[in-house]
Amino acid sequence: MEFLRLKNGGSAALKDIPQLNFDHFREVLKELVLEKNHRVSAFFVEENILYAVLIDSRERCFEVCSTVVGSSYPALTPHIAALHWFEREIYEQSGIEPVGHPWLKPIRFEKSALPGVTDYFTMQGGAAHEVAVGPVHAGVIEPGHFRFQCMGEDVYFLEIELGYQHRGVEKMLVNSPDTLRTHLVETAAGDSSTAYAWAYDLTMNALSSAPRAELTERAQILRSLALELERIANHVGDIGALAGDVAFLTSSAYCGRIRGDFLNMTALLCGNRFGRNYITADGVAYDLPNNKLPFLRDWFERSVADFKNAWQLMADDPGVLDRLENTGVVPRELAQVIGAVGVAGRASNLDMDVRRDLGNFGVYDRLVWHVPVKKSCDALARAKVRRGELRESIRMVRALFTLLESCGVNSVKSTEWNGRLKPETLAVSAIEGWRGEVVCAGISRKDGTLQRMKLIDPSFHNWFALALALRGEQISNFPICNKSFNLSYCGHDL
Amino acid sequence: MLKAIQARLFQKYRTNKFPDAPPNLPDHFQGWPEFDNPPENVELRQAAAAICPVSAIDAAANTIDVGKCIFCGKCSRVDQSIRFGSEYRMGAMSRENLIARGGERKLDEQLDAGIRALCGKSLHIRQISAGGCAACELDFNVLATLAWDMGRFGIKVTASPRHADALLITGPVTENMRMALQKSYDAMGDPKLVIACGACAISGGIYQTSEKAHNGAGDLLKADLYVPGCPPHPATLLEALVRFIGRRQKDNRA
Repeated sequence: MEFLRLKNGGSAALKDIPQLNFDHFREVLKELVLEKNHRVSAFFVEENILYAVLIDSRERCFEVCSTVVGSSYPALTPHIAALHWFEREIYEQSGIEPVGHPWLKPIRFEKSALPGVTDYFTMQGGAAHEVAVGPVHAGVIEPGHFRFQCMGEDVYFLEIELGYQHRGVEKMLVNSPDTLRTHLVETAAGDSSTAYAWAYDLTMNALSSAPRAELTERAQILRSLALELERIANHVGDIGALAGDVAFLTSSAYCGRIRGDFLNMTALLCGNRFGRNYITADGVAYDLPNNKLPFLRDWFERSVADFKNAWQLMADDPGVLDRLENTGVVPRELAQVIGAVGVAGRASNLDMDVRRDLGNFGVYDRLVWHVPVKKSCDALARAKVRRGELRESIRMVRALFTLLESCGVNSVKSTEWNGRLKPETLAVSAIEGWRGEVVCAGISRKDGTLQRMKLIDPSFHNWFALALALRGEQISNFPICNKSFNLSYCGHDL
Repeated sequence: MLKAIQARLFQKYRTNKFPDAPPNLPDHFQGWPEFDNPPENVELRQAAAAICPVSAIDAAANTIDVGKCIFCGKCSRVDQSIRFGSEYRMGAMSRENLIARGGERKLDEQLDAGIRALCGKSLHIRQISAGGCAACELDFNVLATLAWDMGRFGIKVTASPRHADALLITGPVTENMRMALQKSYDAMGDPKLVIACGACAISGGIYQTSEKAHNGAGDLLKADLYVPGCPPHPATLLEALVRFIGRRQKDNRA
C-alpha cells in the first residue's frame, strides 16, 4: 500500500502508516500532486520520519504516507513547488536539510539573532531599485517585512519575510497543561478561533483514549452557525476594507460597522466577539435557547440587508470595478502549482472547500449550497468569491436557524480535552475557516502524551501567492492586492 | 451620487450612544470578576486557581489578576462564587489596580493634568502589534468604524510613531518584535505614553510561558494605561481611552 486513507478527524496507529523508501515516496507524491491534483495539506518531520498528508476530494479523505530521512534528503521542491514553504519550515524547525531546495532560508526566524536579516533577491541596473516596508506598517495591522524589487514604477518581484509574530505555539501546545491548549489554538489566528478550535477538537477526539460518543445534533448545528458567522463577519470586513483601499469610503464605512453586527451575533452565542471559549469537548459551552431565535433572526436579516445595500453600491461603481479588475492576477496554473487554497485558490479558479471535499463535521451535508469559484484570478475575483460565499453562508445560517427550531436541547457540560491519548497515533483534521482550510495534525507518544501538534493556516500556503500577484504591478496596488488576500501573519508565524 | 444618498438614508445614523448610554453587552459577557473574600469554600477556590490556564488566581491572597485573566470562565464553573459580571470598565493606570479583591472597585484616575495639557484635546495613537493573535488589533480598528467613532473624542490613529502621543501595544512582545517595538518607541516625541492593550500586552496572557515571547509590554517599557481582556471589548477599550485623557463626549460638543 502506498498511502493510508483517513477520514476527516480520523486517526491511525503510526505503525499502520505506510513507510516508503525515499524514491518511492517521491514518485507517489509526484503522481498524487502533479497528475491527480490532490493538494498538500501537511508536510512535516517528526523524529526523522517525514509525513505527507494530502487531500483527495473525490474520495473525501486524507492520504497519509511517510518516509525515513536522515540529517538531509534530496529536496522535493524542484519536483513539487507546493512543498517549497513546507521544506523551508522543516529545515528551520528540525535542521534536516532538503538538499537542492532553490531558496532555503528561514520562514519565521526562530533561531536567528535578527529577524528579517537574510538574503534577498536583488536586481541590478540603472533604474532598478528596492523598496523595503515593515515590519511596522502604517495601519493597524500585524508586522511583516516586504521587499519590492522595482524597475521604474513596475514591481518585478516581491519577497515577503514573516516571523515577527512567532511565539512558539506548536511547541507550547506540547508542553502546556490541558487547560491552556484550547486557548493557544484559538489564538493561533485570532480571527479564525472557531475554525481552529473545531479542527483541534476533531484531532483531539481522534487521538483521545476516551473519544466522545457523538456530538449532539444541536451542538453540530451551533458549531456550524458559529463557523458561518465567523466567515460572514470577516468577509464583510474584507469587502469593506477593499472598498477602503480603492477609496470608496461609503461602502467601507458601512461594511466596517456591519462586520461588528455579525461579531456581536457571535458574542450572543458565547459572550465573546471572536467565538472564544465556545467549542468544548462535549459540544459547545452555551446553548442558544429557542426563544432567542426570533431576535437573532431579525437582527441577522437586518444586517444582511445593510450589507447587500453596501455591496451593491460598490458593485455598481465603475471606478471600483476598474481598480479591482486585472489587479493582482494569479493565473490558475500558477495558483495550482504553488498550492494556493481557500478564497485565494477559488478566485484563481481552483474548486476546493473542505466542507464539501472532506466533510465529516457540522451539518453541511444536510444543507443546500455550492462552492463559488471565479475565473478571472484577480482582486475582483477575490472580492466576488467572498460575495459568493456570503450568499451561501447567509442561506446556510437561515437553514441553521430552522434546524435549531426543530432539534432537541443540548446539555452543556463544558469539558475539555485532556492529554490522555492513544499511544503512537496520528490524527488529522481540517475545517474550512473563512480564509481557507485550517489543518490540525497531532501525533501521540508511546506513553499516551502529546508529541506533536501541527497547525497549518491557509495563509501558510497563500503568502507566496500574494508575492506572485505583485509581479508586473505597481507598488501603489500593493494595498489592494494585500487586502484582497488578507492573509494571517500570526497564523503563519505561530 | 443619487445611489450614495439613497444608501445613506437606508443605512441611517448608527453611531452608538456611548458614553451617554451604556453599551449593549451580550448576555454571556465576562466583565470584572466578583467573588467572596475570604472564600466560603477554600477548596473550591484552590481548585479554581488550579484550573486557571493563565495562573491569574491567587488562592492564598484571594485575588484575581485581571491583567492576566483571559475571561474564559473556567474558574467560575468550578467555584460558582466567582462571577464575571457586566462591569466592562476595566482599564487601569497601574498594574496594582488590575488586581481584583472581590469587592467593589474604584475606577482609576485620569492622566496627570500636565500630560493632558500637552496632548490638548486629542490623543494620537500609533498601534504596534507585537506577537498577538490579531484580535486586539481588530477590535481596536473597530473603534475607528462609525459604530464607535473614536474620532468624536479626538482619538486618532497615526501612521508614524513620530506623530503619536501614545503607543498602543498588543501581543506579548515576541523576541522577533522586540527591536522594532523599541525603535518605534524611541522615534516618538514626548509625552511617549504607552498603552498595553489585552492580556498578552499586560502580562504575556496566554503566552506567559512562551520561550519566544516576553511577558508583555512591561518587560520593555513602562505602561501608562492597561486595558484588560482577551481581546478587550471595544467598549472596554474606548471607555479606558476616554477616561484616560479625561474626555467625555459633551466636552467635545462644547
